[in-house]
Amino acid sequence: MSDVVKRAWLLSDAPTSRSQAAWGRRYRLWCDFSSNGLAMTGLVIVVLLVLCAVAAPLLAPYDPTLQELANRLSVPTAAHWLGTDELGRDVLSRLLFGARVTLGMVIAVVVTVAPFGLAVGCVAGYYGGWADTILMRVTDVFLAFPRLILALAFVAAIHPGVTSAVIAIALTTWPPYARLARAETLTIRSADFIAAVRLTGASSGRIILRHIAPLCLGSLIVRVTLDMSAIILFAASLGFLGMGAQPPSPEWGTMIATARRFFLDQWWVPLMPGLAIFVASLAFNLLGDGLRDVLDPKQR
Amino acid sequence: MNGRNGRLAGTAASLLLTLFGLVFVTFFIGRVMPIDPLIAILGDHAPEDVMARTRVELGLDQPLVVQFGLYVWRLLHGDLGRSVMSSNLVTQDIARYFPATIELATVAIIVATLIGVPLGVLAAVRQGSVIDKVIRVVCLAGHSIPIFLLALLSLLIFYATLDWAPGTGRADVAFEGMNPVVTGFLTIDTAWAGDWDAFYDAWAHLAQPAGVLAYFSMAFIARMTRAFMLDALAGEYIITARAKGLSALRVIWRHAFGNIAVRLITVLALTYAGLLEGAVVTETVFSWPGLGQYLTVSLLNADMNAVLGATLVVGLIYMALNLFADAAYKMFDPRVR
Repeated sequence: MSDVVKRAWLLSDAPTSRSQAAWGRRYRLWCDFSSNGLAMTGLVIVVLLVLCAVAAPLLAPYDPTLQELANRLSVPTAAHWLGTDELGRDVLSRLLFGARVTLGMVIAVVVTVAPFGLAVGCVAGYYGGWADTILMRVTDVFLAFPRLILALAFVAAIHPGVTSAVIAIALTTWPPYARLARAETLTIRSADFIAAVRLTGASSGRIILRHIAPLCLGSLIVRVTLDMSAIILFAASLGFLGMGAQPPSPEWGTMIATARRFFLDQWWVPLMPGLAIFVASLAFNLLGDGLRDVLDPKQR
Repeated sequence: MNGRNGRLAGTAASLLLTLFGLVFVTFFIGRVMPIDPLIAILGDHAPEDVMARTRVELGLDQPLVVQFGLYVWRLLHGDLGRSVMSSNLVTQDIARYFPATIELATVAIIVATLIGVPLGVLAAVRQGSVIDKVIRVVCLAGHSIPIFLLALLSLLIFYATLDWAPGTGRADVAFEGMNPVVTGFLTIDTAWAGDWDAFYDAWAHLAQPAGVLAYFSMAFIARMTRAFMLDALAGEYIITARAKGLSALRVIWRHAFGNIAVRLITVLALTYAGLLEGAVVTETVFSWPGLGQYLTVSLLNADMNAVLGATLVVGLIYMALNLFADAAYKMFDPRVR
C-alpha cells in the first residue's frame, strides 16, 4: 500500500471497521503532536535516553567501575569525553549506566503508582458513598504531607537505597492519580453506555475494569509523563542528600553528592550529571506538555 | 444544622483526620519500621540490663496502641523528645533553626511573586508571540533544573568567579552573634540594633539562596498566572469591557486580573508551602542554618527524634497553608460559596 493510499485510509471520514476508526484517530493525534516542535524535541530526547540506558554496555567506552587513579578529576579529553571523577572513573560511561538507574527508578515508581491510583480513584468514584468518603479522606491525608520531607524520614527509618527511595517516592506520589481517576470516573459513571452495560448484566468489577478504567487512561498518561520529570528530580534530590542510591552506584544525584566538594575547582565533574538530570527532566516536561495539548486540550 | 455550620464541621473533621494521619505516619515511621529504637539510642553494644531498663522507660514494652497513645499524649504537651545529636529538646532546636527558614522562604516568595505574576500576565496577553515562547521556555527550565544544580552554579558564578556574593552560611563570622536576637530574622534584628554593616552582610548572604528558591517558584507562579489569565481573557465580560472602549491596561489589570486574584492567592499559599520543602536542598548547599539543614544533618546521624519532630512541624505548617489556601478561595470567590 502506498503512502498516499495509507493516508487516505487513515483519514477517511467513513471508516468501515472499528480498527480503521481507531487507527485514524491515533493518526490524527500523531499529526497534531508531531507539528509541535518542542514536544517532538522532548520525544526524541526521551527515546535517545531510553536507547542509552538499554545499550549502555555497548555504548560506554569504559567499564563504569574502572578506576584510573593516576588520572583523577581530568578535564574532558579525547580519551574521556566528559572527563573523569575523583577516582579516575570515566564520567561518560557512568552517566550512561546512571541512565539505567534513573529510568529504572522512574519506571518502578510509575508502574506501582499509576495502577494503584487508578484503582483507588475508579472504585471511589464508581461506588460513591462510604467507599468514596473513606478512600478520598485517606488520599487527602497523603496529599497534605510535604512530599520530600516525608520521603526523607521514611528512607532514613528503613535503609537508604534505591528500593526504599522508590517506595518512598511511590508512597508520596499516588494521591493525585487517585483524585484524577475519581474525577474522570464521576463524569463517566452516569453515561448511557454504562447503564446499557449494566442492563446486560455486567458486574461492577467488569464495568470498572473494561469500561471505566480505559477511559481514564488518556488524562492519566498525560499526568504520568509530566510527573516523570518530577520523579527524576525527586530521585536525584534523594541521591544528592545521601538518602537515595548509594555510592558507588552511578545514579546522577549520588554522583553530584560525591563530587560536590570539588565544585569550586573541578566544576565540570559534578556539572555533567547535573546537566544529565536537567536534560532528562526537561525532555519529559516537553513531552508531557505536548501530550497534554493533544490528549487533553481543555487544560492547555 | 444549616449549611454553613455543616461545612465548618466537615472542614474541622477532615482537618482532625489529616492531623491524626500526620501524627500516625510519623509514629509509624519512628516505631514500627525495622529499626530498633534502642539500638539507635544506646548503640548495639549496651549491656542487657540497660537495654531492658531503657525499654521500660520509653514504654517500648507496651502494646503498640498504648505506645501510640503515649506518643500523642507527649505531643499534646509539646514534647518532641530530645535530640541525640545536640542533646537539646527538639522543640528548642526547632525554635532556633526555624526563623532562618522562614526568612529565606518569605524573601523568595516575595521576589518570585513580583517577577512571576507580571511575566505570567504578559505571556497570556501576548499569547503565541515570541515573548510568550521565551517565558514558556524559562518556566519549563525552572521546572526541570534540579535545585541543587542551580544552587551550585550560583555559587560557582557569583561567589567563586565574579566574587559578587559572599559564600555560604547566614552571616560573616565577624558578625556572628554580635546583635541581640529579637525576631530571629537577621535581616530585621541587625536593623533593629542599628548595625548597618551586619545588616548589609545579612542581605548579601540571603541573596543567593533566596534567588535560587525564587527562580524555582517563579516558574510555577508564572505558569499558573498565564493559565488563569488565558481563561479570564476569554470571558465575554472582557469583550464587553474592550467594546466599551476601556484602555487595554485597565481591562487587563482591573477586569481580568481582578478575577484571577483569588485563585492566585491559593497558588501562592501552595508555593510557599512548597518552598519550605525546596529549602531542604537549598539550605544544604548554602549551609544555611535553617530547619532543612537541621533535618538533613539529623537524617545522616540517624537522630530520629529530631527528624520526626522537624517532619511534624513542617507537616503542620504545610497543612495550615493548604487550609488557608482553601479558606481564602471559599471566602473571596462567590462562585464556590
